[in-house]
Amino acid sequence: MYRIRKAEKLADKIYLMDVEAPRVAKHCEPGQFVIVKIDEKGERIPLTICDYNREEGTVTIVLQTIGVSTEKMAKLTAGDYFRDFTGPLGCASEFVSEDIEVLKNKKFLFVAGGVGAAPVYPQVKWLHEHGIQADVIVGSKTKDMLILEDEMKAVAGNYYPCTDDGSYGHAGMVTTKIEQLVKEEGKKYDVCVAIGPMIMMKFVCIMTKQLEIPTIVSMNPIMVDGTGMCGACRLRVGDEIKFACVDGPEFDGHLVNFDEAMKRQQMYRTQEGRALLKLQEGDTHHGGCGHCGGDE
Amino acid sequence: MDVLKKVPVREQEPKVRATNFEEVCLGYNKEEAMEEAGRCINCKNAKCIEGCPVSINIPKFISEVKEGNIEEAYKTIGKSSALPAVCGRVCPQESQCEGRCIRGIKGEPVSIGKLERFVADYALENDIKPEKAEHTNGHKVAVIGSGPAGLTCAGDLAKLGYEVTVFEALHELGGVLVYGIPEFRLPKHAVVAKEIDKVKELGVKFETNVVIGKSTTIDQLIEEEGFEAVFIGSGAGLPKFMGIPGENANGVFSANEYLTRSNLMKAFDDSYDTPIAAGKKVAVVGGGNVAMDAARTALRLGAEVHIVYRRSEAELPARVEEVHHAKEEGIIFNLLTNPKEILVDENGWVKGMRVVEMELGEPDASGRRRPVEKAGSDYEIEVDTVIMSLGTSPNPLISSTTEGLEINKWKCIVAEEANGQTTKEGVYAGGDAVTGAATVILAMGAGKAGAEGIHEYLSSKK
Repeated sequence: MYRIRKAEKLADKIYLMDVEAPRVAKHCEPGQFVIVKIDEKGERIPLTICDYNREEGTVTIVLQTIGVSTEKMAKLTAGDYFRDFTGPLGCASEFVSEDIEVLKNKKFLFVAGGVGAAPVYPQVKWLHEHGIQADVIVGSKTKDMLILEDEMKAVAGNYYPCTDDGSYGHAGMVTTKIEQLVKEEGKKYDVCVAIGPMIMMKFVCIMTKQLEIPTIVSMNPIMVDGTGMCGACRLRVGDEIKFACVDGPEFDGHLVNFDEAMKRQQMYRTQEGRALLKLQEGDTHHGGCGHCGGDE
Repeated sequence: MDVLKKVPVREQEPKVRATNFEEVCLGYNKEEAMEEAGRCINCKNAKCIEGCPVSINIPKFISEVKEGNIEEAYKTIGKSSALPAVCGRVCPQESQCEGRCIRGIKGEPVSIGKLERFVADYALENDIKPEKAEHTNGHKVAVIGSGPAGLTCAGDLAKLGYEVTVFEALHELGGVLVYGIPEFRLPKHAVVAKEIDKVKELGVKFETNVVIGKSTTIDQLIEEEGFEAVFIGSGAGLPKFMGIPGENANGVFSANEYLTRSNLMKAFDDSYDTPIAAGKKVAVVGGGNVAMDAARTALRLGAEVHIVYRRSEAELPARVEEVHHAKEEGIIFNLLTNPKEILVDENGWVKGMRVVEMELGEPDASGRRRPVEKAGSDYEIEVDTVIMSLGTSPNPLISSTTEGLEINKWKCIVAEEANGQTTKEGVYAGGDAVTGAATVILAMGAGKAGAEGIHEYLSSKK
């Protein structure tokens, strides 16, 4: 059992929790993730590591409610427990094992979309702690949905918020901000790291390909075990099939087949949707919508 | 009674069991077991023992059953095997103990597997405790993986007085016994969990959710946590795919994924949250035990199921009993057939499979006749789900993070067969991590050898 030390709501449908998991806290690095299971009957859910405290033995996770399991998790509060908390899984970001002096000559641009700010944060923080200031673009639908702003500002070089509705920062998509920085402001970047919804990462990659900026993306496909056992998370990267859980989750974004990955991500959408509706409506859920099968 | 024939074992009716996940085989009762035991002629030079990878004294336990001394029979088996209720259900007896039985020369061999199962189930029901060590010897040993190899190694070392901790990557104990083999063949609560409880009673500690190579490493276990020896029984969990077009379509699964969803995550049970895309018309590609398990799971989830296998029935690697049960339940066998391409609809879902007929040519390196395509015999079959059951290979997570641990070209850990010794001092290995995918009982044999190797190593160090 893994105790939740702190739980807070960051924005609509987005929650942050500090969880006591000493083995994970001791070994995790930026770029990795955990798999969390709420109780005996819950799913194994891959979640982003947003921060960690090796001394305290805690790991900070951020989750967005998208299905029945994450809805249940969001209801947990400080003092509650997760039944299972496994990790760190996947490979650390490449820069963690690079020569610091080489890294210092590289200009990083991070692009986070929505809840993607959570996995971007420990990377930017790591670089900051090693004397490297990275620029960070964070996009969200609206100002209220922007998360971890103070934390990010504290470790980023330049911080560029963007909102789709123009309620805060740059009005428009993150891609237009990248273009503006490079083309209008003459910024030069050696590496772009983009983490967010697959559709965002796809369009960031199209943009950075034009701008000739090598780009790393962090993929979040469907997973079951997260240790290389099931192959549910397989992706096409260039000519190869890769497992996001053990070969990734970070890949060369210019080689990832996003269209296929997005189709694969939809595989259980209907079933998850049904389960979610059943949970939300409880006993009042009797179907009738014609889609969810609640009256079967 | 016909002494040339086994006492028949009761099973669920095929039509009934095809719609549930209850155990297929119901096993012997005491009366039936004693009658079957009476068929054993108690050979002096018992060939059956040679056929058993863990060398159970088979004639002795059977003679105890004959007398009705079931507890004594259990103790006899317990000297050699920590998991008799599992082995009685999943061992390929026809090629091991029963394959060597003298009775089998003229008639059917003694039903050793079913007798073992009866004895083990009796022990579980009557809570007969295994004999544990009187004192611990203060030496700490880490075992990686709680599958058959790890459990056996841990149990044997605990009996010798070692303080053993088993590290399991998943959230449940049992390895392939829980994620791979389905409920209807090996009940999880009634059999696997209870048999693991017996290992716990020996004093073995278990820690779940520890992925060695990620959560910690073997070197750290030795240097920081004080373990003096390590046994790696991490299995062969990496699924293989064919590399044919369409394999990334929605509706194509590895057998590992399909079975993990159903067995480990219990997707077949609506009260669990994990979904499974059961499929209406399913093709399972492959002919091993895992293929049969996936096929029979899909059938129970309501699908019409085809086994697509490139060789003929004689070459099916699955246990005879599994093939027999699969046929009884209505699995359709498309033999001498091989997939060429998975056909995909505009939304990215499987809509069919293009296959080709095969014929058997000359024997290949494995001694089996090599299947060759019949030119121009391609045709399409309509399916909505394809399950790839082509075997698995060891996970490189451990080998790639352990200094000095050698692997071969198949990514299997290099280890001595006799004692499990690897190329790294104090580190032993066995089971599928060393051999590639094999059977539960062979892994148990390797776990046993590893325990002996570690005992010898630590005894000489003292």
